[in-house]
Amino acid sequence: MVMLNLLLILLAGGFLALLCERIDKSLPRIVALAVIIAALIYLITSISGLSALNALQASTPSDPSSWFMHFKTPWIPAFGIHIELALDGISLLMILLTLLLGAVAVSASWTDIQYRQGVFEANLLWTLAGVLGVFMALDLFLFFLFWEIMLIPMYFMIAIWGHENRGYAAMKFFIFTQASGLLMLVAILALVAVNREVTGVYTFSYFDLLQTKMDETTAYWLMLGFFISFVVKLPGFPFHTWLPDAHTQAPTAGSVILAGILLKTGAYGLIRFAVPLFPDASMHFAPVAMLLGIVGIIYGAIAALSQTDFKRLVAYSSVSHMGFILLGVYAWNTLALQGAIMQMIAHGFSTAALFMIAGALQERLHTRDMREMGGLWQQMPRMGAVAMFFIIAALGLPGLGNFVAEFLILLGVFQINEWMAVAGAMGLITGAVYSLILMQRSFQGQPNTHSDKLPLADFGPREMLTMSLMMIALIALGLYPQPILDVSQTALGGLLDSTALGITQ
Amino acid sequence: MRDFVWFIPLLPLASSVLLMIASSRLTRRSVALLGVGSVGLAAVLTGAVALEFLSDSTPVEVTLWTWMKIDSLAPRISFYIDGLTLVMMCVITGVGFLIHLFSSEFMQDDDSYARYFAYLNMFIAAMLILVLADNLLLLYLGWEGVGVCSYLLVGFWYRDSANGRAARKAFIVTRIGDTAMLIGLLLLLTELGTLNIRTLMQVASEQWSIGDSLPTIACLLLLGGAIGKSAQFPLHTWLPDAMAGPTPVSALIHAATMVTAGVYLIARTHDLFLLSPSAMHTVAFIGIATSLMAAGTALVQSDIKRILAYSTISQIGYMFLALGVGAWTAGVFHLMTHAFFKALLFLGSGAIIHCLHHEHNIFKMGGLRTRMPITFWSFLIGSAALAALPMTAGFFSKDLILLQAYQRPDFGPWLWGAGLLGALITAIYSFRLVFIVFFGDAKTEPDREIGWQMALPLTVLCALSIIGGYFSLPLADVFPLVNAEHPPHWVEIISISVPLLGVFLAYIGFYGQRPRIDSWTKTPLVQRVGQFLRSGWRLDEVFDRIAVKPYYNLANALQNEPIDRFYEAIVRLNQAIHRHLSATQSGRMRWYITSMMVGLIATLGVAMKIAPGAI
Repeated sequence: MVMLNLLLILLAGGFLALLCERIDKSLPRIVALAVIIAALIYLITSISGLSALNALQASTPSDPSSWFMHFKTPWIPAFGIHIELALDGISLLMILLTLLLGAVAVSASWTDIQYRQGVFEANLLWTLAGVLGVFMALDLFLFFLFWEIMLIPMYFMIAIWGHENRGYAAMKFFIFTQASGLLMLVAILALVAVNREVTGVYTFSYFDLLQTKMDETTAYWLMLGFFISFVVKLPGFPFHTWLPDAHTQAPTAGSVILAGILLKTGAYGLIRFAVPLFPDASMHFAPVAMLLGIVGIIYGAIAALSQTDFKRLVAYSSVSHMGFILLGVYAWNTLALQGAIMQMIAHGFSTAALFMIAGALQERLHTRDMREMGGLWQQMPRMGAVAMFFIIAALGLPGLGNFVAEFLILLGVFQINEWMAVAGAMGLITGAVYSLILMQRSFQGQPNTHSDKLPLADFGPREMLTMSLMMIALIALGLYPQPILDVSQTALGGLLDSTALGITQ
Repeated sequence: MRDFVWFIPLLPLASSVLLMIASSRLTRRSVALLGVGSVGLAAVLTGAVALEFLSDSTPVEVTLWTWMKIDSLAPRISFYIDGLTLVMMCVITGVGFLIHLFSSEFMQDDDSYARYFAYLNMFIAAMLILVLADNLLLLYLGWEGVGVCSYLLVGFWYRDSANGRAARKAFIVTRIGDTAMLIGLLLLLTELGTLNIRTLMQVASEQWSIGDSLPTIACLLLLGGAIGKSAQFPLHTWLPDAMAGPTPVSALIHAATMVTAGVYLIARTHDLFLLSPSAMHTVAFIGIATSLMAAGTALVQSDIKRILAYSTISQIGYMFLALGVGAWTAGVFHLMTHAFFKALLFLGSGAIIHCLHHEHNIFKMGGLRTRMPITFWSFLIGSAALAALPMTAGFFSKDLILLQAYQRPDFGPWLWGAGLLGALITAIYSFRLVFIVFFGDAKTEPDREIGWQMALPLTVLCALSIIGGYFSLPLADVFPLVNAEHPPHWVEIISISVPLLGVFLAYIGFYGQRPRIDSWTKTPLVQRVGQFLRSGWRLDEVFDRIAVKPYYNLANALQNEPIDRFYEAIVRLNQAIHRHLSATQSGRMRWYITSMMVGLIATLGVAMKIAPGAI
């Protein structure tokens, strides 16, 4: 019930934000923030009493009773479709990240949304609800539903509140995800059909479908359907081209949610569905996936270097960082998977912060073009220092969360294939190149004649509070990641065991 | 006391954080007090630990917490102190304190006083973690930490984009080495299952035997990190440019401490290097080659800081030579004496730059002997130690390296000879500097006197540059013994006299007006050679052509997302199909009937072909 309530809080909160716009234009953002914080408190109080979580009890993927939470009620019985939600270590971490970054996103758009604030905040909350659903739904039909639901409010956020080229970007975002979602739908239906041939019953439940027996070719094709859908979302090379446009054109809150949370649904899908449902096929495919990951790391980093748009540069850096996740997931061992999950969280914070800085710059300078920036540190030392922190975090300074993530991924990959790890490690060099250029072009160097004349306000208390929280989070992740590692370990152990069994069968 | 050793890096770290948070609310005086005081206190505590160590020299390990634990991977945040760590800590906090004190006056007119001390304190903390770390992952944390601080301080005056470029170059070039080192860590962790340095050395010695390929690969990867950080060929090109930072920063980071981290790393993992003779040879040859190349370049520079920068590269080359021939103690000894005299020289040059309206060109200086006496004596003592003139600190350490290199079987005498040539050039360029800057006619008049905060560090470092040679380092338990056989007497006599010859040559060449030499240097050949040397052997140009430019070209090619051309093609294809299909909706009845008939016939035809019985 907790999980269902969580979804209802966000959905109802969206309507509330929508309605109270009529009372006061500044009310929706307060409502949105309050709703997210309420959801967060509700979640934390509900999980703090879970004995399985406190004891860090390991869960088995195929046995829902071993998960932290499980909820199942019939929905369309004729086709074996249920409203089935469940929570294990991985989904718990993702949900916490979603709510935290949701709050950040509201804070990020505190002042820059001037048009229909109520509708905006409603869309924001509904996107979060969709994402939460994706992280919790374990009925494949329901999962697909949420997968599509989170898309629509996001589309509106880009298409209505986006920047100059928003129509194109929103459409591109929609078509890429929609087309790839279709592949997943076909794969889901085929999987259910194959399962019915063996067992004689229709079921969409993840827990039932896990043990589906099928021949190699079928498994391979179905796996590809899931894979492509998730990798488009991740995004992995060569399906990443929607991302720079969507990121650049989205309003700040949209970029924060997009980069911080939405991309992670792709990574989550790979870990939760693509590999466990088709372990053998995935292992055969792993070298290709890892190669795509490496190409993404390098390609994103090189393309980032030549960008002139602040947000576009950060968007390409996301492509590079997501490449690490793809590489790590398909190494499929404890270290690499721990690294991939850590990367989702750390990248969520560091990139959200950078997009927030981009948004703050756009609000003040009315441009994202770095050729019109330069020397901004002088006027906005606080913002400069914050930007420096997150850029250094993003380039993987040990002691901050992103390093732990990349180190674990590379270590895990190294144990599978040294050369892939070496190739991935090149991303540490290329990452440094574009990160430092970003800093140079915006905050350092000679002040631009255009920006020098504007009276630029430095970060205020609201922004500093948000940023400080994320800084503390990254430092904590970097120096003492153990709580996170422990929680994800409860799910990873069983996951690795079950897929290993699949391979030997 | 030693159980609280974590307090030593914590002090400057806390001070740094405080300076960042409260920078706008602190007066200059309290900034200086906090910035200098925290390092001073760290130095006092280090001294206390060192005193305790004299009576009881058992190494101590202090574990704070487990960094992360996944299966067998369990690196800890844990410190380890033995003789080697202690020597490094004394240098870092001692010399570091003096440089902080010097900075409090040097930077007094700067707008970002607090930011400066915040970075500098952070650097001290990171450097202390580097040497205190008991495992290679924590060492790597310190290693990258000092790299970032170096980046921040080289680009401290960020409004000039040239400084930004120098800072980025420093960071990225060293990052190339760091990445090699990280891969080395991955290899060691995968093969030997631990990163704890002592366990690692033990397991390595048990599991690998001398001459195996894995230890060689591991050593070479670690060496990659070392040559990046310690500015050895071919990754040394960042150091001369890094002189863009404030001069005390060059003294602290780019002379006394950070650039010697590579030497520390190799000394720390010497058991591993002993397993790989070929890696040892590589270390020695890189060292001596870098040393000669950089010394030759220092000879023709005209920027006072660049001379010192190349000199640093060259001197670290000597340390690498020492490590490569297994003269561990000599290498660390030279690290320490070099920290004293090179910090002295950098601070001396800082004093000159401070008093001479930021002038860097030595040919615009001159006659400063009488005008800046304290600086003159500092420079004289520092240069004497750099040139390894007898009785100075540099003499003892460099002599030790050369003699031990000589004793090396096979190519020992060759290394010794090359080292001597380097010593000769070193003596020439260091006294060229002294003669040009302090003698002759004054070309620029100093506009101020240096205060006590600058004079005191200079004086203390002068003393250390002389008596430092008599220190005995507590390294007997750390390194294996080297054979103490004495080389022939003539070797020692030559080793001592070559630097004196160098000073003499410098006197002939650069003291006062020397028309003959001037005309000789104007010949085209000498000019061209000089040009070649001055540019740092054109290495920047080469790297620019083979790496930087192609990388930028590639980046520019990707700027507009070439992959999108493919998706755009799909879009165009769709549009074309759309156009053709919508053209069929012409509204003409005749066309519709025709197409329906054709469709019907085709369908029937196909049906008859496939299932003739059905119709």
